[in-house]
Amino acid sequence: MQLSGAQALIKSLEQEGVDTIFGLPGGAILPVYDPLIDSTIRHILVRHEQGAGHMAEGYALATGRPGVAMVTSGPGATNIVTPIANAHMDSTPLVVITGQVATGSIGTDAFQECDITGITMGITKHNFLVQSAQEIPRAVAAAFHLATTGRPGPVLIDVPKDVTQSMMDWWYPASIEEFDLPGYRPEVELDDDAIARAVALINDAERPVLYVGGGTLKSSASAELLAFAERTAIPVVTTLMARGAFPDSHDQHLGMPGMHGMYTAVTAIQKSDLLISLGARFDDRVTGKIPSFAANAKVIHVDIDRAEFNKVRHADVAIQSNVAAALRALDAADATPRNLDVWWKTIRAWQEQFPLVYDPPAEDGLLRPQHVIEAIAAQAAPGTIVSAGVGQHQMWASQFWKFEEPGTWINSGGAGTMGFGVPSAIGAKVGRPDRTVWCIDGDGCFQMTAQELVTARSEGIPIKVAILNNAYLGMVRQWQEMFYEERYSEVYLNADLPDYVKWAESMGCVGLRARNLKEMHEVIARANEINDVPVVIDFRTDASEKVFPMVASGASNDDIMVHPLQRGGSK
Amino acid sequence: MSPEPYLGTMNRTPVSHHILSVLVENKAGVLARIAGLFARRGFNIYSLAVAPAERNARFSRVTIVVDAESAPLEQIVGQLDKLVNVVAITDLAPRDALERELLIASVAVDDESRTSLLDMIADAGASIVDVDATSVTVMLAGTPLACDELESSLEVYPKVELHRTGRVALPRLGRAVNA
Repeated sequence: MQLSGAQALIKSLEQEGVDTIFGLPGGAILPVYDPLIDSTIRHILVRHEQGAGHMAEGYALATGRPGVAMVTSGPGATNIVTPIANAHMDSTPLVVITGQVATGSIGTDAFQECDITGITMGITKHNFLVQSAQEIPRAVAAAFHLATTGRPGPVLIDVPKDVTQSMMDWWYPASIEEFDLPGYRPEVELDDDAIARAVALINDAERPVLYVGGGTLKSSASAELLAFAERTAIPVVTTLMARGAFPDSHDQHLGMPGMHGMYTAVTAIQKSDLLISLGARFDDRVTGKIPSFAANAKVIHVDIDRAEFNKVRHADVAIQSNVAAALRALDAADATPRNLDVWWKTIRAWQEQFPLVYDPPAEDGLLRPQHVIEAIAAQAAPGTIVSAGVGQHQMWASQFWKFEEPGTWINSGGAGTMGFGVPSAIGAKVGRPDRTVWCIDGDGCFQMTAQELVTARSEGIPIKVAILNNAYLGMVRQWQEMFYEERYSEVYLNADLPDYVKWAESMGCVGLRARNLKEMHEVIARANEINDVPVVIDFRTDASEKVFPMVASGASNDDIMVHPLQRGGSK
Repeated sequence: MSPEPYLGTMNRTPVSHHILSVLVENKAGVLARIAGLFARRGFNIYSLAVAPAERNARFSRVTIVVDAESAPLEQIVGQLDKLVNVVAITDLAPRDALERELLIASVAVDDESRTSLLDMIADAGASIVDVDATSVTVMLAGTPLACDELESSLEVYPKVELHRTGRVALPRLGRAVNA
């Protein structure tokens, strides 16, 4: 069967089971948009290519399936660089297709030419510049294989216009051997000796902690984690990337560790004698000052990527494996620590002394952002998916929302990409139309990517957006207040400009505003009644609220600052 | 006061060097992927030699002398191994490696210095590959140390154009090799 390269590309995506592409056409990718009309694949037309990338990420994080985005060459391609970098940092499976100028024009500074494979070399797991139409099926099959196996990540396929316009004899790789990836071996054999040494460490431990990272979600290991944790009674912490991997309602769950982690999660790690790291990478936002991080703990480090071992922290036992397989092996080897009653007694005392707190909400006047999140959560349908931008609102969402299952927390961790919230919520809703999707956003983040609400309205994707509008770039403001003697430099945004309600309405969404407690409850109830169009709520919040607990940048986790209410002073 | 411009250092092989013999797919941009990885992770390359591998057009061999002080060798190998186009990495410690390098140098001579140069070439085990009335081109294929020594010996001549290839290496016979 003879197909054009463009037809072969679409057919290859169909072969991979793709149901949705997020994209925006342009000159170099134009040939591919023609056969798309005849395809069963749904295309979501975004308003900016960055939106396409983040939507694909949201789709991937909510479904566990790779997200797919397609854009044109030059500025189309560079506009999607931020989502690619974001997906690379968070190991999110993504396949990004970029148009390219015709092969004969490459290297001539042609119109809308840019070296996107060169630009994305350091922020993709791999990328391809396809040289001929006949190669398209192989490139697509290999891209999906690379994106979803081993440590997942973004893969980019750059397709020159003459390649999509020329003809090929249809074929599709039938097996991995035909992918032509002689250097890629994602499967690793579990090291029995390492498992035995890990079991010995676990059986000897008096103060163990399960340090659960994003790799636990990536390898769908939540069931194994629950079984292992319950059998061993070891306390669990879940990092920002692992929220939802272990139920927040479980009484062995100490919450999130790190710079804005729960006091008990941070301190339990600090005082532990054994850290069992499951798909976590000892990120600086978790460790604080590295020499004093869990200084007396031995480390069992489980990761599919061997380059993570000893990168930041020495691993006493390194187990190269996906988390699920490693936990099954540890279970089979009957790893059982000693009686942990004393350890749990210590932990319970910390929990009692330093729960998560915030100032009581005032009857009138500005809202407490933490209270807004709790109020939304209280009325949210079970299984609601939450996305966030980056900043204070993101930390509060992670702290105050209770996550019970995988795929319900959509967030930008490693890269810290402002503007991630709205488009990733749209992608999540496309992937899981059965779920309610709330985006907890900040006013700064919202202004970066809000135009995608036009996409959401046109495509019938009814997400709900809660803007915690404190009129500031809040996290930067917090640092300037705490570490720059309250010298506020370029952080004020103005709560009334733009008018978020009018802006929402102009984009075809329902716009609501809450200035006090009474309005807060009313608008949340109103938002929950609307299920056909996107809803945007402008919650007016108090800019003086800061995220606590907090470990200052570069400080030791031993010097964690709790909320002023818990220090007996005023903030 | 403006800082001094970086003048470089004439240090020889770093104290803690390792030789990575890296088999890669012979595809466009592979060298850029390796160089980019070293640059963005702050690993130092001391020398680099690339050629098609083992009469097989599909693969090339890249011999990289790395400074194992700049980053732990385990990190360098682990990150390099993640490049999809990297097929195999052999890590050789200097004591386990048979290292060779090629040096060629054109040396401007007059009648007086020509004789002393020819003596030096003979002593160094180097050979003459080209001559004309005013200069001599010398070649040495030998250990990096021998090349270092010849390079310093040539410093007495006022006009020298000297090129070195960077080294290639094989494991010494009968020695264990880390994969």
